[in-house]
Amino acid sequence: MTDKPTHRRRFLNTLAGAALGAALPPSPGRAAAAEPPLARAIPSSGERIPVVGLGSWITFNVGNDRLARDACAAVMQAFFDAGGRVVDSSPMYGSSQAVIGYGLAKLGNPPALFAADKVWIAPGSRGPAQAEESRRLWNVERFDLLQVHNLLAWEEHLPMLFAMKSAGKLRYVGITTSEGRRHRDVEAIMRSHPIDFVQVTYNVVDRDVEARILPLARERGIAVIVNRPFRQGALIDDVRRHPLPAWAAEIGAANWAQLLLKFIVSHPAVTCVIPATTQASHVRENMGAMLGPMPDDALRRRIVSDVERL
Amino acid sequence: MSEWWTYRLSSFLLFSPRTYFHLHELYNAEIWPAQLVALAFGIVLATLAFRGGRRSGRTIAFILAGCWAFVGWAYHVQRYATINWAAVYFGGAFLAEALLLAALGVVREPLTVESTPPARRIGAWMMLFALIVQPAIGLLAGRPLTQAACFGIAPDPTVTGTLGMLLVARRPPWVLMIIPLLWCVISGAFEWAMRAPDALLMPLVGAIAAGAVAMSRATSPARQRR
Repeated sequence: MTDKPTHRRRFLNTLAGAALGAALPPSPGRAAAAEPPLARAIPSSGERIPVVGLGSWITFNVGNDRLARDACAAVMQAFFDAGGRVVDSSPMYGSSQAVIGYGLAKLGNPPALFAADKVWIAPGSRGPAQAEESRRLWNVERFDLLQVHNLLAWEEHLPMLFAMKSAGKLRYVGITTSEGRRHRDVEAIMRSHPIDFVQVTYNVVDRDVEARILPLARERGIAVIVNRPFRQGALIDDVRRHPLPAWAAEIGAANWAQLLLKFIVSHPAVTCVIPATTQASHVRENMGAMLGPMPDDALRRRIVSDVERL
Repeated sequence: MSEWWTYRLSSFLLFSPRTYFHLHELYNAEIWPAQLVALAFGIVLATLAFRGGRRSGRTIAFILAGCWAFVGWAYHVQRYATINWAAVYFGGAFLAEALLLAALGVVREPLTVESTPPARRIGAWMMLFALIVQPAIGLLAGRPLTQAACFGIAPDPTVTGTLGMLLVARRPPWVLMIIPLLWCVISGAFEWAMRAPDALLMPLVGAIAAGAVAMSRATSPARQRR
């Protein structure tokens, strides 16, 4: 449990981070390339991370296929070139961890990396061995963030992760869920444990977390990572059959990917969104969402209503 | 997983269809010309099925056991497991079927190729389908021949051919059909999640085989005598 002043400090940190996005006027002529990418503070530390990260669900699970691994490394290269930091994976994602390790080695272990992984195993007594195996696959000295994947055996994993953090073997501790599952349990853990991160599904269509989890994250000073921003590609496949709305130019969104990502990261509780892709060109599109003005509340409502009408 | 009902089939799909079918392409290239050896074994199986007899049945079970062991190890454990952690268990099941075929079909109660005519005809057609049609069916689904699934090499046609051979045998042990029939369901589920055009093929193969065995048992001489 954390004390109230810490909550207040975390909350103020979150607001300060959010203000960076909110303070940007929606002027279409803004020179996006001249400004730094939007970053948000992790409330528990104040460390700033870019709001667009890189997921690896499905896209990086390419096995031992050398060409496909090189393509993933190219995606990572484009990601780091555009100022990205947070790369997220899980032992559940097949060969994704090994492929990330391959990419990092090929790129000379970019110092900007913020390594986020998960523990996903039961019983919890097997957590330390799995975390060490994951670290070996990434070939990093330590993870920045380890999360309990889908709350599997969280009662056992969380004490282990907090112990790793205390011992300096880990910087942040988190929990994850996806597609709206176990939100009551997520809320209970957010209230009762001093976690640094919570990872949830949030996009223009799946907005359940707006009601309770995102406000709670702000109140408790917990950073929020957003997964499935494009509903595993289905959402963007749906919307891109339609022309980009004229008002997208007001926030500097040059394509649907940027529009959908800007909707997510413009929520003040969101710290980072982690779209996954197999193409470097898509990474560059996604990273463009960190530039230019962000939608205000009125425009966010319009994005929701317009997308729902499509 | 207390909210298991909220999971969809696609929630368990860890890889893209492109990665999955490319894995087949790489596998085929790495083991070439094993496909030709497997085809030769398939032709031997079909010939033995037509010749009939107890000795043929024992040889059929022996060859099938070898095919299942090869697919279990070379495909599931060594290749498929690199993109799907569940493939280790699939590999274990295939190796278990190989042991069952060897123990029951070769040693304990050798298969006898002498089933009732309808089941035998269906079994023979299934074997031919597994050998000739199934490897080419990917072409109709828009996949290149380099990604073909061959009998004795890839799971689906191996299962189809095995079910066909079990149908031409007289009262084969039911236990030999459990793993092949389960695979028909699993394969169909994965391909359905990948939205493959031929996703229903293996469930259909399983349904035909199960129906033919049930029909064969219902009309077998042993039952008629009772």
